Amino acid sequence: MSRDIAVVAFAQTEHEGEDGGRLEVEILAPVITEIKERTGLKRFGFTCSGSCDYLQGAPFSFVSALDAVGAWPPISESHVEMDGAWALYEAWIKMQCGEIDTALVYGFGKSSQGTLRTIMTQHYDPYYLAPLGVDQVSLAALQARAYMDRTGVKEDDLRAIAARSRAAGRDNPFALHLPDPEEGADYDVAPLRPHDIAPITDGAAAIVLAAGDKARELCERPAWIRGIDHRVEPHSPGARDLTRSESTRLAGERAGATGIEVAELHAQFSHEELILREALGLGDDVPVNPSGGPLSANPLMAAGLIRIGEAAARVQDGTASRALAHASAGPCLQQNLVCVLSGENHG
Amino acid sequence: MGNPCAVIGVGQTAYKTKRLDVSIAGLLREAARRALDDAGLTWKDIDAVVVGKAPDLFEGVIMPEAYLADALGAAGKPLVRVHTAGSVGGSTAIVAASLVQSGVHDRVLTVAWEKQSESNATWALTVNSPFTTSLVVGAGGYFAPHIRAYMRRSGAPDHIGQLVAVKDRQNALKNPYAHLKIPGISREMVESTPMLWEPIRYLETCPSSDGACAMVLASEDAAKAAPGRPAWVHGTAMRSEPITFAGRDSVSPQAGKDCAADVYRQAGITDPRAELDCAEVYVPFSWYEPMWLENLGFCGEGEGWKLTEAGATALDGDIPWNPSGGVLSSNPIGASGMIRFAEAALQVRGQAGEHQVDGARRALGHAYGGGAQFYAMWVVGSDRP
Repeated sequence: MSRDIAVVAFAQTEHEGEDGGRLEVEILAPVITEIKERTGLKRFGFTCSGSCDYLQGAPFSFVSALDAVGAWPPISESHVEMDGAWALYEAWIKMQCGEIDTALVYGFGKSSQGTLRTIMTQHYDPYYLAPLGVDQVSLAALQARAYMDRTGVKEDDLRAIAARSRAAGRDNPFALHLPDPEEGADYDVAPLRPHDIAPITDGAAAIVLAAGDKARELCERPAWIRGIDHRVEPHSPGARDLTRSESTRLAGERAGATGIEVAELHAQFSHEELILREALGLGDDVPVNPSGGPLSANPLMAAGLIRIGEAAARVQDGTASRALAHASAGPCLQQNLVCVLSGENHG
Repeated sequence: MGNPCAVIGVGQTAYKTKRLDVSIAGLLREAARRALDDAGLTWKDIDAVVVGKAPDLFEGVIMPEAYLADALGAAGKPLVRVHTAGSVGGSTAIVAASLVQSGVHDRVLTVAWEKQSESNATWALTVNSPFTTSLVVGAGGYFAPHIRAYMRRSGAPDHIGQLVAVKDRQNALKNPYAHLKIPGISREMVESTPMLWEPIRYLETCPSSDGACAMVLASEDAAKAAPGRPAWVHGTAMRSEPITFAGRDSVSPQAGKDCAADVYRQAGITDPRAELDCAEVYVPFSWYEPMWLENLGFCGEGEGWKLTEAGATALDGDIPWNPSGGVLSSNPIGASGMIRFAEAALQVRGQAGEHQVDGARRALGHAYGGGAQFYAMWVVGSDRP
């Protein structure tokens, strides 16, 4: 097996930090239009998307998305109730089976529409965890505390990550443009302060994958997927070592995460970046999240896919010959995907 | 289509209105465990897990597979969650098959489920975004006008739906897992039940069920090592189209026709009625049997009801449809499509028990969802393709 598949195009919205008055499908539509124009493709061998019904508060958020895609005549299509990064994985698998040479992948989410932190408490074990009313920030804070206890990392170190991410985000036209973290800001849930937490973000992203010569035809410098893998861990925060990400380590190993020159990590809390760096063996010399990362823009269900798009863009613009993208799902980094991309001669 | 792929294990739960004896995780494990036993495998033999279910609003748990990872033995493995509306059970099986066909994995566990008793699916389906008004209540409210349109278009007499309602429930009496078991089911009984959504009567619609269905899909080498007869995948296809636009034929949607054409092409089938031995087709409202007979090319347009009326789709007919009793007899929504796919596999493995179609060698599994706009189909056979 292993057909050569590459990211040949990536498009994303100028993400919004508050409700801009658009429906999810209206947020998505311009991105789909843009990526079709950029590739010159109107039809794709396969289409796959990622979204979450609970963001819209109604079943089938992906049904109206088909209007944005223009699924007529009918298309070969599937959907995951996961971040778009897993939709990309499904498309990559489909392309490995042969027959099709192109795939359109997208993810979208409008987090501003409800009280996200409260809503997402329903994501946890309905018998033993959700009834406690614990939310994602509280769980992340437990993880951060455990990690700091193990490693000696200080709150100032976390703030430095937030500061670097926000500074990078201000140079990214698609990210939210957030100010430098305030010194002495109050805790949200100790030890995490507001700048340690990814902002509520609305947005969408799309990627076009192509195989072999089709990729070379569509793109001057395709970003080839050299390895992609994802792994999950037990759900309960009490059933795993929260200070390490074993599933990331395993996925990275299987995806061939060596010789990485730049990484885009789906770290939704500042301390997660440190846990992920350790799991992936990324030294201090490897720049992480030059886009600003999730701490600068975190459109749910698209943010993981955006990491792949941004990493691919670093390969395509020649900044890096080998880049890593990471996506995460579930509480405290429960599930992780790693994708390694490189240019033509860096297999 | 990639590398060969086969079903080597099938597991189903008993389908019931309320499975209060098990948690959500317990329900899935019941099906998964039976599939593993059937395949002669244990949890550690599995490379990856693919889970499917319909909208999360049905149980009120967001992306519940995160919580289910432990119960499904997925720790340390890849876990994927598929959601394509009512067709999801079929799509989930297809995604799982592609993990084998791509050469990435050798043994994949796939589970689809719904625990409808945790909430109320009709109302979960009726919630719309704040910016659009819902004009219908539940799936029946949406599909009834399409049935009415079919009746007008085809000139079908009013009683055809009742024939399907009776036939599928008679088949269910032979299926140990079926939810609705109505001894002595008859047209009179169907006709005496209340009209829910004209022309759909109570006994012409599917029940609300709790249940899960699981399969183990395997590569050729893994299939050779399996204790039972494999069901080989001869073709898989998915198609989608938008829910509404001017000129859309929502009675016999193009996506269904295209999906069928694609899966028949892969399986080398030109005349489905003659070349398939049976079919498990997603019929949640009785009238969808004649409608899908036409959409899936088992007969010409306007002829579907005649096949039903002539008994062609009965267990002793020339092309039995839903020998298991179908969605009309058991409907754990997210699992309903996978049950179709799994029952097709059981038929060609010769393991369908009392509802076995004699000598079945090739069978179709079909699922649809949304506003009859999402389709998933596979053809399985007893011979390696």
